[in-house]
Amino acid sequence: MTSIPRTAAFQPNAPRRHVRLALERTRIELLTFFRTPEQVFFTFLLPVLFVVIFSTIFSGEIDGPPGAETVQFSQYFVPGMIATGIVSATFASLAMTVSMEQHEGMLRRLSGTPLPRSAYFAGKVGLALVTSFLEVVIILGIGVVAYGVKLPTEPTKWLVFAGVFFLGVASCSLLGIAYTRLIRTGSSAPAIVQPPYLILQFISGVFLQYNQVPGFLKAVASIFPLKWMVQGYRYVFLPEWVAQDDYGGGWQVEKVFIVLIAWFIASFVLARVFFRWNRGQNG
Amino acid sequence: MTTAVRAQAIRKRYGDFEALKGVDLEVPEGEVFALLGPNGAGKTTFIEILEGFRARTSGEAEVLGIDPMKPDAKWRARIGIVLQSAGFFETLTPLEIVRHFGSFYPDPLPAERVIEMVGLSEKGNERCRSLSGGQKRRVDLALGIVGNPELIFLDEPTTGLDPQGRRQIWDVVRNFTALGTTVLLTTHYLDEAEQLANRVGVIIKGDLVEVGTPREIGGRQRATARVTFATRGALAGRALPEGLALNREGDVVTLETFEPTQAVAALSRWAEDAGASEIPELSVTRPSLEDIYLQMVAASEAEGTSQ
Repeated sequence: MTSIPRTAAFQPNAPRRHVRLALERTRIELLTFFRTPEQVFFTFLLPVLFVVIFSTIFSGEIDGPPGAETVQFSQYFVPGMIATGIVSATFASLAMTVSMEQHEGMLRRLSGTPLPRSAYFAGKVGLALVTSFLEVVIILGIGVVAYGVKLPTEPTKWLVFAGVFFLGVASCSLLGIAYTRLIRTGSSAPAIVQPPYLILQFISGVFLQYNQVPGFLKAVASIFPLKWMVQGYRYVFLPEWVAQDDYGGGWQVEKVFIVLIAWFIASFVLARVFFRWNRGQNG
Repeated sequence: MTTAVRAQAIRKRYGDFEALKGVDLEVPEGEVFALLGPNGAGKTTFIEILEGFRARTSGEAEVLGIDPMKPDAKWRARIGIVLQSAGFFETLTPLEIVRHFGSFYPDPLPAERVIEMVGLSEKGNERCRSLSGGQKRRVDLALGIVGNPELIFLDEPTTGLDPQGRRQIWDVVRNFTALGTTVLLTTHYLDEAEQLANRVGVIIKGDLVEVGTPREIGGRQRATARVTFATRGALAGRALPEGLALNREGDVVTLETFEPTQAVAALSRWAEDAGASEIPELSVTRPSLEDIYLQMVAASEAEGTSQ
């Protein structure tokens, strides 16, 4: 048998191997996702419905201080829709699919192979990056074409847009993976995933103006990434005076990034600590 | 010869229930070993401890020289696992999945060859959701061997398959073991153990009660043979030969003997004298593995109730 030289030369922790497997996992995740039409349809349907319903119901304008330009409601809500669309494509979607894979024994299969855990995570984050990106494009497309949403022109705003996007997708994906620890049976996943996500959407000001959220709920929302993602995107799409009204004087973009970077690190640690290849066992 | 699997006094306890009561086992490299036992006997628990999926309560274990409680990628690359049941990849094709799993290993077999080995060449490019149960099981098997492992674990490889599907899986396993790969399999089919394994271990209620070749297990080759025939035609109404402990029931005669060859010789002389060139329905049988196994299970149950 040729086994001895072969395994002796095998370096499971070579960085190139990790990168190659991360890309390979992403490829197979994307292949699986796009071959499941129901999943594709519902992933992208929800944000579309939200944009359409909100922009149709709240068709007015928000008045600014004298002399300042007014802001359309659609312009105000689209940044929140983008943020919550990302959370839906990352945290909610991954928490449910990963726990399904755990309970069906799919992960058990993978854990019996030399595949590194990090490559599995990377594949999930890779999938979430692609679906989130498409979701953002769809939301913005509808907003611009149908509801007159204006895109920012300054390059720095687009940089902030990209930064919030990558940090938000990565941390919310990893949080979704860590969150599977709380899901005890496959069928209970939606019931355990949806409530915290729904509540956070309300108290983070996705569906209402942030200044309408009571102070103590603002304090709760400020702990989690969604509020900061919404704030970052509102900075990108809204004039300065809105921050005076809604975010206590300024957009605090630096603080948005500090919090999101902290969450990115924390979510990586949480995913490593809480993720299990297989449930109901000590594996 | 080196040892592929060594287990000493393996115990596994779930609360008050002792699933494994101190199992010892050594499987040398290149052997096909079958763990035989009824459902709930502890087969899967034991094999999952060796696969590194479950922690043992006590005892020592070494699989390819490594403690399975400390699995690492290098070790995983040397073993192949076919689980009893696992999630499936409905939207991917067998070739895609096998190629994908192959990419995890340092020296995988070519995916096309693996698909051919498991007899799925014609279905290689079809989505898995359209495959039959037996075909899916062959994909499971393909995923277990694509890494070109030194040791393969097969947990009930043919449970739930039809006879034809079982034979196909056996052929694949035989092809692989012909190359010298060690195999540890569990089954509750006796014919499967007899067909595939060099040695069989019978596990009942968490105890490995006996280990041996399929031929010798349960003292099978030492047991008496049973000779049976019918007294019909020219033999009807003839006095039976003397000197043999014959047992007659209607026109069927049976004989338990340690010397079946001599008994048959005596019977044919007797039949020839009677003018019969053939003895109707003559057969010589030894207890099947199944008989032995059912005796063992019954003995263990009886012991259990007397305690």
